Amino acid sequence: MSSPAVTTTYREAVRAAIREAMQRDERVFLMGEDVGRYGGCYAVSKGLLDEFGPERIRDTPLSEAGFVGAGIGAAMGGMRPIVEVMTVNFSMLCLDQILNSAATIRHMSGGQFSIPVVIRMATGAGRQLAAQHSHSLENIYAHIPGIRVVAPATLADARGMLWTALEDPDPVMIFENVMLYNMSGELAADAGAVDIDRAAIRRPGRDVSLITYGGSLAKTLAAAEQLAGDGIEAEVIDLRTLRPLDDATIMESVGRTRRAVIVDEGWRTGSLAAEIGSRIVEQCFWSLDAPVGRVCSAEVPIPYPKHLEDAALPQVPSIVAAARAALGR
Amino acid sequence: MTAQQGAKPRLDRAHVRHLLAQMVRIRRFEEKCAELYTQEKIRGFLHLYVGEEANAVGVMQALQPDDAIVATYREHGHALARGIGMGPVMAEMYGKQEGCSRGRGGSMHIFDAATRFYGGNAIVGGGLPLAVGLALADRMRGLPRVSACFFGEGAVAEGEFHESMNLAALWRLPVLFVCENNLYAMGTALELSESETDIHLKAQAYRMASEVVDGMDVVAVEAAARRAVAAIRAGNGPFFLECRTYRFRAHSMFDAQLYRSKDEIEAWKHRCPIERFTNWALGANELHPQDVATIESDVAAEVAAAVDFAEAGTWEPVEDLCRDVYTPRAAS
Repeated sequence: MSSPAVTTTYREAVRAAIREAMQRDERVFLMGEDVGRYGGCYAVSKGLLDEFGPERIRDTPLSEAGFVGAGIGAAMGGMRPIVEVMTVNFSMLCLDQILNSAATIRHMSGGQFSIPVVIRMATGAGRQLAAQHSHSLENIYAHIPGIRVVAPATLADARGMLWTALEDPDPVMIFENVMLYNMSGELAADAGAVDIDRAAIRRPGRDVSLITYGGSLAKTLAAAEQLAGDGIEAEVIDLRTLRPLDDATIMESVGRTRRAVIVDEGWRTGSLAAEIGSRIVEQCFWSLDAPVGRVCSAEVPIPYPKHLEDAALPQVPSIVAAARAALGR
Repeated sequence: MTAQQGAKPRLDRAHVRHLLAQMVRIRRFEEKCAELYTQEKIRGFLHLYVGEEANAVGVMQALQPDDAIVATYREHGHALARGIGMGPVMAEMYGKQEGCSRGRGGSMHIFDAATRFYGGNAIVGGGLPLAVGLALADRMRGLPRVSACFFGEGAVAEGEFHESMNLAALWRLPVLFVCENNLYAMGTALELSESETDIHLKAQAYRMASEVVDGMDVVAVEAAARRAVAAIRAGNGPFFLECRTYRFRAHSMFDAQLYRSKDEIEAWKHRCPIERFTNWALGANELHPQDVATIESDVAAEVAAAVDFAEAGTWEPVEDLCRDVYTPRAAS
């Protein structure tokens, strides 16, 4: 029997996950810009400073390379840091530490040092924050061996992925789409840790596999609903983990539906969608009844005006159109 | 490693012999490395520390076995002075799986968990935030340890240097920043890369205690490092030690040294830390000529044994190519 459900938001689910981790393991602490007194730039950590104090809810200067590197060092020193970077665009300032330190030290040291750090950040567009706060660059991180990349798209995953990530002995990056923080819904009162290995089929269907993650999941589910009205049964896969990709779930689905469309808020060129498309062609070519389709962001820095921002991103009509194209109707 | 306590070096005969032996070990090891490089036994980049030995040897005297070291890609000297076996270090240079990093790192990436040696970091400035984090962990865990971070003066131009200095000072973390100022960032002279060439002054901007020391004088370095570590252990926050030194050989094996004069190099060679210390110790009767000969023959034997160890080492099977990227997980 599942426990009674409570109404919550994605933001509150992440906060509850941080709180639980801090309570369960004294090695866990949260560090980042404005996580304490300000309450987090997206209000995720609001209230935690009063609960845990400034040592464990640690405000940092605007020094992404410094404090992300310090999180990596603290992880090697026996702690379990959660490092928050405001947005993925800012994470370019600490890409050196993530790529050249976190992802390499285990290998360079011949397996002597693991880096159990968790790095969280917001990603994605939709809040009219223009071209330096809105991109979906998680694909850059999914390119890098040595780290694990996850993207919670549901309340249960927002609540459950953090603890599993903290238990992982290697670096884990958690990408939280900015449009999800206000999402509200029902979550089991005793919701807890979830796996960070497998993709999930969020809606079963037999006609086409729509493969997506993060902020595009809700749009893809809405598109599937619309397609169902026209008698097209779309299956919706939430990747959940962007590295390593769960090929088995993807290929099993595409093997059944024989058609695939990938919905990815990253830019099309060199995208995660391109990687998944290649894998489908490599592994499912003889099952395919149609070319693999992609719905990605337009090849433009995200613009400020609402109508242009909307036009730059995957939207329900473009997902519906791509699914129809795959079906030829 | 001798682990004398206290803020002052005690220069008895045993310690004098120890300091000299450590510097000679590094010098002879690297001379052999250069030779092996021309024989293509060692490949990739090879950055030699020749001339700078007094810095690593002096600073290590002030550290305890459970302190942490973060070093750069010019770290053979630090690794040996810290107590990593010469054989595993040489095998690492060869890329053999008996190397201290299983051969995966090579010359620039020496790591050793047993001595808390955290690399071997070859992104200039990239090691500094790691040292801050190691010190932060010690602080949060209540462990009275010091994290010593070595870097060259070239790193001082990097943002990561300034971010790390600020974080360590802001949080009063037990970090010993050791700037080995050898006057050239690869081939770019200090005055061409820094608006303020008196580097230790930069610590003042972070309200961090600092000291300048003659990096060609092992006793002076040891004494300064002991003062610095004592201040850190007393809870006074981080300390910045600038060691003024000089690299006698090229930046790496691909460097024609067009950026500095032979006269300059020769002038610095007259300040060779090994010759200088040896002459002083002989004159002060803290060392006998026989001691020097014994050290040289012991070191020659150690280097020969290290080469034999590396030569006898084995290549990791190609089937293991992708190991140590992730920590193996228990089967679920």
